[in-house]
Amino acid sequence: MNRIVKAAYAALVFAFLYLPLVVIAVYSFNASKYSLAWKGFTLQWYGKLIGNATLLDAALRSMTIAVVSATVALALGTLAAFMLHQYRFKGRKAVFGGLFVMMMSPDIVIGISLLVLFLGAGLALGFWTLLMGHVTLCMPFAAATVYSRFEGFDPTVVEAARDLGATEYQVFRRIVLPMAAPGLVAAWLLSFTLSLDDVIVSFFTTGPTYEVLPLRIYSMVRLGIKPDVNALSVVMIAITVTAVVLSRRLLKEKS
Amino acid sequence: MRDNNLFKRLVIGGVLGWMVLFGAVPSLMLLGVSFLKRHPDNLIEPVFSLGSYLELLEPALGSMLIQSMLMAATATLLCLVIGYPFAYIVARAGKRYTKTLLLLVMIPFWTNTLIRTYALVAVLKADGVINRLLLFLGVVDAPIKLMYTQTAVFIGLIYTLLPFMILPLYAAVEKLDLRLLEASRDLGASRWNTFRKITIPLTMPGIVSGCMLVFLPALGMFYIPDILGGAKTMLLGNYIRDQFLVSRNIPLGAAASIAMTVIMGVMLFLYYRSVRRAGRKVRI
Repeated sequence: MNRIVKAAYAALVFAFLYLPLVVIAVYSFNASKYSLAWKGFTLQWYGKLIGNATLLDAALRSMTIAVVSATVALALGTLAAFMLHQYRFKGRKAVFGGLFVMMMSPDIVIGISLLVLFLGAGLALGFWTLLMGHVTLCMPFAAATVYSRFEGFDPTVVEAARDLGATEYQVFRRIVLPMAAPGLVAAWLLSFTLSLDDVIVSFFTTGPTYEVLPLRIYSMVRLGIKPDVNALSVVMIAITVTAVVLSRRLLKEKS
Repeated sequence: MRDNNLFKRLVIGGVLGWMVLFGAVPSLMLLGVSFLKRHPDNLIEPVFSLGSYLELLEPALGSMLIQSMLMAATATLLCLVIGYPFAYIVARAGKRYTKTLLLLVMIPFWTNTLIRTYALVAVLKADGVINRLLLFLGVVDAPIKLMYTQTAVFIGLIYTLLPFMILPLYAAVEKLDLRLLEASRDLGASRWNTFRKITIPLTMPGIVSGCMLVFLPALGMFYIPDILGGAKTMLLGNYIRDQFLVSRNIPLGAAASIAMTVIMGVMLFLYYRSVRRAGRKVRI
């Protein structure tokens, strides 16, 4: 392929990926409410967003659930990665397989099966069920991220610590955790964005008492474009971009 | 020494316990429910029945299933056709550019998919960007109808899932040993034959995992047909959701979910086989 053709092709694909995001950003600063025609720069939609209590409440709930579930998923995922990396036990391969299947499972199957579990257990849908759903969604990804970081370790350091009499807990706490720190941050950020991004698992595992942002937006946008949703989208995109760039930086330190 | 064993046991027990409780148990419950009978008011009757599976095979439902799979497969194929050359270009762009280009692929990948779907509305609607451009260029006289069509659903699926195709393809192309391609050319193979007989087989794991990462979500993303397609277009995901929340036929919804899990199983099997063929270690 010719260089120019290549560059043009790549540019076209990027244009496809970014056009909607750019359009939303333009809309969010445009004084005209429904049309793309430029009627002047305004921040009124951001002002309207600040006045929209239900939308902001939902955003706050989404952030809360993303922070809590990322933290729990990271804790569980780190333990899982530590266990798979350090211990040899019966069924270790099955655990690998199980985590892989959970990672690949379509969101809707995860959501539906958890809904069946919660209904069967007689739990009321709300914060706690949503939290369990998001931890289930994020944990395998956190485990895989942390595990790949462990693989880069010098195993003799852990052996030396054990030879010098460190207990398993001390090995975990004093040796493995500090060495894995950048990987842990990356895993947390990955879980955080996964949770923030999720629509389908939330749809099935949360109840009317705990409506998160994507579901709030979902019920709003079925009725058409909303200028304050545009403003909110831009804020959300900014948060995501920051998180991605941060996690990339941290992962780069590794190599 | 006892401390050591306690920590080890706590870790293994905790992780395994959690995986069983939130991984295995819900899946088994779903499987169990799919073999039960529907009760008119109580939702489920504890009676064994193959009824839901038989219903899935009935012509009306069966054709819906096939149509949904065809839609997902078409979206996957389009992603592959668009994504393969793109991944190739990115992987061969030279170290300095590749990293930036990849980051640019990652950003939409991590942006909330619902927000991105919503953003597409602004592009596709009657006075949206595409129609304005077409009118401006004089290609059409009146805005064409894009929103609430099957085309819009395809655009939505491709737009949302394209990065899931590009990233594994990139990883596969990047690992490609260029010497093998040179050898093939030196031995007199045409460009096309080199591509068909060397490049494609060696990047097969990337192709299969990309297809898997696009096809499975494409079956389930019920909000894309909802927002972009109106009520006309149905994916398997829309159907499953409606069985659970609208028609309240939980055994049938569970059976449809199990069907989806079986599809995933087949794809995982194909993935493992393709990785093995390409002579690489299978890894998460």
